[in-house]
Parts: sequence; C-alpha cells; structure tokens
Amino acid sequence: MPNITIDGKTVEVEPGTTVIQAAEKLGIELPRYCYHPGLSIVGQCRICLVEIEKMPKPQVACYTPVTDGMVVHTQSEKALRARKDVLEMLLVNHPLDCPVCDQAGECWLQEYYMRIGQYDSKMIEDKVKKNKALDLGPHVMLDQERCILCTRCVRFCDEISKSHELGIFNRGDHAELAPHPGKRLDNLYSVNTVDICPVGALTEKDFRFEARVWYLEATNSICPGCSTGCNIAVHTNTERTHHAQGRRVVRLKPRYNPEVNQWWMCDLGRYSFKSADDPSRLTVPMLRQGEQWIETSWEVAIEAVAQKIKSTAADRVGLWASPQLTNEDLFVLKKFAGRLGLTRVAAALAPLEKPVSDNFLIKEDHNPNTRGLGLAGFPVETKASADLLQQAADGKLAVLLIFSHDLSQSFAADAVTSALAKVPTVIFIGPNRNATSAAAHFILPAAAWPELDGTFTNFAERVQRLRRAVAPLGDARPVWQIVKLLGKPLGVILPYLESEDVFAALARENSAFAGMSYATIGDLGHQRGEEAAAVKARRLNQVPDKLRIIPIFG
Amino acid sequence: MNVHDKYKPLTFWERTYLPRIWDGLVLTMRHFFFNLWHFFLASIGVQREWKGAVTYQYPEVRRPIWPRLRTLHRLTKREDGTPRCVACMMCETVCPAKCIYIVAGERPEKQIEKYPLQFDIDLGKCVFCGYCVEACPEDAIRMDTGILEFAAYGRNGMLLTKEMLLSFVPKKEHYTARPDLEARPAPAPRLSEA
Repeated sequence: MPNITIDGKTVEVEPGTTVIQAAEKLGIELPRYCYHPGLSIVGQCRICLVEIEKMPKPQVACYTPVTDGMVVHTQSEKALRARKDVLEMLLVNHPLDCPVCDQAGECWLQEYYMRIGQYDSKMIEDKVKKNKALDLGPHVMLDQERCILCTRCVRFCDEISKSHELGIFNRGDHAELAPHPGKRLDNLYSVNTVDICPVGALTEKDFRFEARVWYLEATNSICPGCSTGCNIAVHTNTERTHHAQGRRVVRLKPRYNPEVNQWWMCDLGRYSFKSADDPSRLTVPMLRQGEQWIETSWEVAIEAVAQKIKSTAADRVGLWASPQLTNEDLFVLKKFAGRLGLTRVAAALAPLEKPVSDNFLIKEDHNPNTRGLGLAGFPVETKASADLLQQAADGKLAVLLIFSHDLSQSFAADAVTSALAKVPTVIFIGPNRNATSAAAHFILPAAAWPELDGTFTNFAERVQRLRRAVAPLGDARPVWQIVKLLGKPLGVILPYLESEDVFAALARENSAFAGMSYATIGDLGHQRGEEAAAVKARRLNQVPDKLRIIPIFG
Repeated sequence: MNVHDKYKPLTFWERTYLPRIWDGLVLTMRHFFFNLWHFFLASIGVQREWKGAVTYQYPEVRRPIWPRLRTLHRLTKREDGTPRCVACMMCETVCPAKCIYIVAGERPEKQIEKYPLQFDIDLGKCVFCGYCVEACPEDAIRMDTGILEFAAYGRNGMLLTKEMLLSFVPKKEHYTARPDLEARPAPAPRLSEA
C-alpha cells in the first residue's frame, strides 16, 4: 500500500489511487472540471495541477497515480500559479454570459475564479463565436460558446447511458461540443449531462430561465417515479411566486447515494414532480349532489363518509390501497382496515401498457413503494385488484375507498365506469383529479409526495426517507391523517401526531421494520438486514455493458 | 457626563414662560409682515431683488432637484427599441423591499437569448434605495426620470409595469419633471387605480 504525503499530511491509499482521490481522503479539495468520480479520467481541463517533488513540471492530480513516498504540494506558489493560469486560459473564449446563463450561482468557473483566479485579464483579441442555443434533444439545450470542453457529458453518454450521442469536433479554438451527425441527445438519462456540466453549456429546457438558482431551497427526498427510489433533492421556490410559472417544485436533482443511484437519475423520474403543482390538484374535500360537486369542510366530509361506512356491513366495504402511499400511510391504513374487519382489500395494480424499464435505474414497477405495500401486509398480486373490480361490478360492494389510483390506467375505461356505477358510495382519496375521482361520490384531497414526511421501501427493501419540501396545497392532508380522522367516528383511535410517531409504531409492531427509526434511516436510507448481502451483489456501482431500454410503446 | 449638561440652564425670564411666547409671536409676525410687504411690492412690479419666504409656487414653480436624486425608475432601451434588460434578476435579488417582479422569457433571436416578459415594480413597497440601479450589469434600469408624483387611490395603482417603465424618458434639466407637460407617449405616469 503506497504512502503519500500531501501538504505535509501522510495517508496510506490503495494502489492505483490518483493524487486527487488521495487528497480528497485527506480533506484537501483540488479544483476540477473534467474529473468526476463516476466517469473515466481524461485529464482534459488540467486545472487540478499540483507540484510533485522530483517532477520538473506541475502534474494533473486527477490522472497521476500515487507511488510510494510521493510528496505533493497543493498550495505551493508554483501549483497555485499554474492553476490560476489554466483558469485564465479556460476563460479566454468563455463568454461573460452570467446575467443570462442558467448556471449562474452554481457555476464552477465563478467559484474557482473567486477562489483561485482573480487575475487581471490580458485578453485583447475577440472571442471565438459559436452557436448560442443549440437544441440538443428533448430536454437539453447547448451553448457551444460556454463549453470548456471538459468532455464530462461526452463520457457520460459513452460510459453511463452508452448511447454515444456527443463528441468534440474541430481543433484548437474552434473545438466544439456537438452531437454526432444525425443524432440527438435523446436518451432516458440525458439530463444528467446538465447536472454534471460544470459551466452553463448544457441547460435544462424545462428549467431554463424559470428561476434563479439562488431563489431555490433544496430538500432531500426520494424520487417516486419507480421502485428504485433514487435519492434526490427537491428544489422548491416558495418565496418568489411569480417565478417558474407559479410552480412551487421547480426541479429535481439526483443526490449521491453509492448504494442506490450513485450520482444519476432518469429523465422519467426527473419530471415526475409536475403533478404536485398541476391544476388537477384536489385541494378541498368535496361531495357530489346529483351532477354537482359541493366543496365542503373536512368535518362534514369525514362525518358523511364515516356514516356511510358505519351503516354498511364490513364485507360490503372495499378498500383499494396504493403502492404510491408511504409506509406510514399503509401502516395506518392496515390498522384501520384490520380494526374494522374489512376483507375486500386490494392494492397493487397492473398497468395497461408495459412501462419502460432498463437494467440500470429504471424498474418496470413504476410505483415507489410496492415492497412497502407487501411488508405492510397488503396483497401485492394484481389478481386481487381484478377481483375487487369484479366484486364491484357484481354489486357486492356498498362502499369503496380508492386511494390515489386512476383505475382506468389499469383496466378498460368502460369496465371501470360500469363497475363504479354499481357501487352506491365511491370515496376517492388522492392528490390529483382523474377519471376515477370524477366517478366518485366523495373526494378527500391527499397531499402529494413533495408535501409528505415519510418513508418508501424500494425494490431491494431499502427504507428511504422522504422529506416535506412544501406545505400541502389547500386543505390537502397526508393519507394517514385522513385515515386517522376517518377512524375516530368509527371508534378506531389512531393516536399519532407526527409521521415520526407513526413510523415509531410501525417499527415496534411490524417486524419487517424492527429497529428502524427516522434517525437510523437518515439521508441515505436503511437497508433491511436480511437483504443487505443480496443487495451488495446487485449493487449498481457497475454499469451494465449494454443498457437494454424497453420503449414505452412497442 | 450628564447628557443634560449640554443644555444651557434657563434664565429667570425664560422660566417665567410668557415673555418667551411673546418673543416667538414677534418673530413670526416679523416674517409675515416682511413677506406681505415683499410680495405686495413684487406684484406691482416695484422690486424683484429681495429674497422672500422660501416657498415655491408649486405646481407652477418647481424646486430644482439635485442631479443625482433618485426619482421614478425607467427601463432603458436598445437602439432597436427593445428593453436593454436581460432578466438576470440581479435587481430583484438585491432589492431589500422585494418590490421587483421579473418573469424571464426566451427571445427568438439567439444572440440575446433572454428578456423580461414581465417587469413590475410595486411602488407601494419601493424604498427608493437605488440598489437595483447599482446592481444592474446592463445599465437597463435607472432612476433619473425626475418624476416624483405618483400618487394612486389604491395599492394596485402603485404597480409600474414594463410598458410604463419603458415609456418614461430621462429628465432634461434639474427640475422635477411635470408628467403632464413632458412630451411622452401614454400611459401617463400619474397612476390611477388599475
């Protein structure tokens, strides 16, 4: 094991480690543009220069492997001077676009200029002009002038998405990033290139010019797009409501978790936040009188719904839980169903179309908490759903509680309509208006996922924590609170005040969650013990040789 | 040191109170009769030299203003008449009163890229600190219209829109501009209830 001395501190590292990684181990941060721990090393930007004793010239820290007894100086005059000059060269043709650039505020050129640059410009020539707004693909725009040719995006497309869309063309001052002829940056992971772009060359179309990044607040959460449960940060803008077209949730960014998604997330999950601020959000409890919807208060709606359930025999009450619900919601719901003795219970639903999936991050199951549903004791086989719909169609149900689901996404629309028409009281509990809510008699508005504190259990039984990024819209409430309200007039007392109380009870009463708490889950999640070994084998650190992407249609 | 030490102790006559009241009335009356006499002579054209009371016959006569005085905002234009603003939100960010509301849009011609779709200033909140002018990297916002009169009947009337901000012109001389006399396209800056 080689020993290396960096700035007077010695550390022992694995053979093959590079100087930048060894420095990181010592907590010494070296500037970098092209180096990314998830991508191959190219030594392209050359800003991580350090002085190594017995070497005549400054060396790039990212590409220089450690040898035993190596002595490195990162703060010597020679090293600092070299980095400053590299930065000056990188900025030679970079336009000063900060006022219009979406990356302003999180641009590494700005950061490093303040930290290691601060030179007086010697530039007297005109800057080389290139394309300003090149449409690269469905989600990404390219500004070739701003690109500093670090090739991170090129390597991402070669190594992670394996779709090889991008390349660097021409030479010298005229070198530019561009898609290969006839190609577009159109893969399911394309927006990751925007995340890793250290300057504002690649920008996200959806976020472009919507809000300044310094207006945003970030909350750690979990992507609800599929059962992988990628760790994400939810970026919200609540202070300046005139920005981002009034959306509170502005964008999602992947958050590093070596066991789940590393640095990446897919484009499908990235745009799954739109429903939270959609005009279709349900914000007020409503009940139907004839053809009209009457807005009402929680007290009136809960009282009316509870009366319906109370006056109906338990075997004529159907309950449709959802793999979109959090573990907390499912636990409370299971308790509610158990105490009332409800037997006609369904949960998971099969989608009509085969959803997109691959062998990297996107799972075929596009629900975030199917495993949690199973662990909570709900039936996860889709047959139970078909049975419940059949029972509704046969007129065996007097009351049907449906959580979140749009049944017409899983069954033929006319079959759903005719089945729901046979049920005298349909209660829809969910965040958004859909075809099923339109057929309901009562609507109880539920909070959407950015508005929730709670946990999801991913496909590998890793329990991960969602945090509330924004307050629920209107009168909407988390599902477990709705169930708690509904339980009270029915004599089912659920004595929980916070989602943390619910989780504490869940950990006490359900052996699958034994020993867990919000503290042990933390930001990176809690892998369930018996599964941990299996997961290590399935670890996503190794990217598959060829991504097999199954398109959504055909 | 006792803070009261800086005041002179009152004399006996001052403490008796009434004589000092009389002194004050004399002073006021002296000014009154002086000005009365002065304006009488001035109105019959006898003299114009004496310095009368410090009063401007507003709105006919306007007080000269300091060249740097911060008056109502305006947005400057490029040569082709489009706003110079690139919606970088620096003014909105720096504004301590949070009274600027900008919504950015993308321009069809790619060389400029960004421009304000909406640029509103809520004068009901503005504190006229001038930070927005300082922060602007494009010299797109200035406070040099010379307009000081912008009363309105309600809060909505205090909202300056992008079109209004673009229509204002800089003041020509060092006097407060009279909105109704300035040759300037509609809408007039006298803000009425929206």
